Amino acid sequence: MSDGVKFHYDVDGEDFTSAGRASVMVKKTLRELGLSPEIIRKVSVAMYEGEINMVIHAGGGCADVEITENKVIIVLSDHGPGIADVSLAMQEGYSTASDQVRSLGFGAGMGLPNMKRYTDDMVIESEVGKGTTITMTVNINA
Amino acid sequence: MKIVTIKELLSATVLCNEDCLGKHVYSASCSDMMSDVLAYQKEQAVLVTHLVNAQVVRTAEMMDMVCVVFANGKKPTPEMIELANDNEMVLMSTDLSAYESCGILFGNGLKGGHKE
Repeated sequence: MSDGVKFHYDVDGEDFTSAGRASVMVKKTLRELGLSPEIIRKVSVAMYEGEINMVIHAGGGCADVEITENKVIIVLSDHGPGIADVSLAMQEGYSTASDQVRSLGFGAGMGLPNMKRYTDDMVIESEVGKGTTITMTVNINA
Repeated sequence: MKIVTIKELLSATVLCNEDCLGKHVYSASCSDMMSDVLAYQKEQAVLVTHLVNAQVVRTAEMMDMVCVVFANGKKPTPEMIELANDNEMVLMSTDLSAYESCGILFGNGLKGGHKE
């Protein structure tokens, strides 16, 4: 595998049904590249949760995925409302999702904690009123 | 436990990928909150749920699950069946409640997953 294989995906914020399509494509690509099932699951679950968050909270955004010899880096960017209190948002069970989102099976306050759980490093940069960028890294040779 | 055994134990109707009934599952999960499903590691697991939307199948796909059981007679949409077909995932529907379904599966040796 050569260093720095990069992919860019736009995440449509209008359609909840289509949320997760980018994660499915990344999962297929990682499988084709021959990564282990454990790494593939970590990357795809973390990205899927991020993608769902972008759709339900931020009206969509974009995802950039870079695969190197040693790690997979996922950068999720949106121009949504931002996260006012990141440490509060990281608590399991805390959620600002609507009842409608909960009725669809999300909004349990597990999204960000799951993203952290499945990645080796996660950095959240967020500004209220401007948007959020989350950078996640999964080490391949951990 | 083979998927066909789940079908028999729960008197379930298989809605797609009947040719995959010979696959094995090693653990089970029951939830209508998909982030809870995503929080627990499961190898070749089955998901029991009441929830009916495309994200149920996507969540199961992300977790490498091979079977979803819809309790209380719930039925997946054609779009969900299409997504499941792409992943050779068995979807089935049982008239039993999720509580009864899990009790039967657990009693027959199928255990839960574990949190990473």
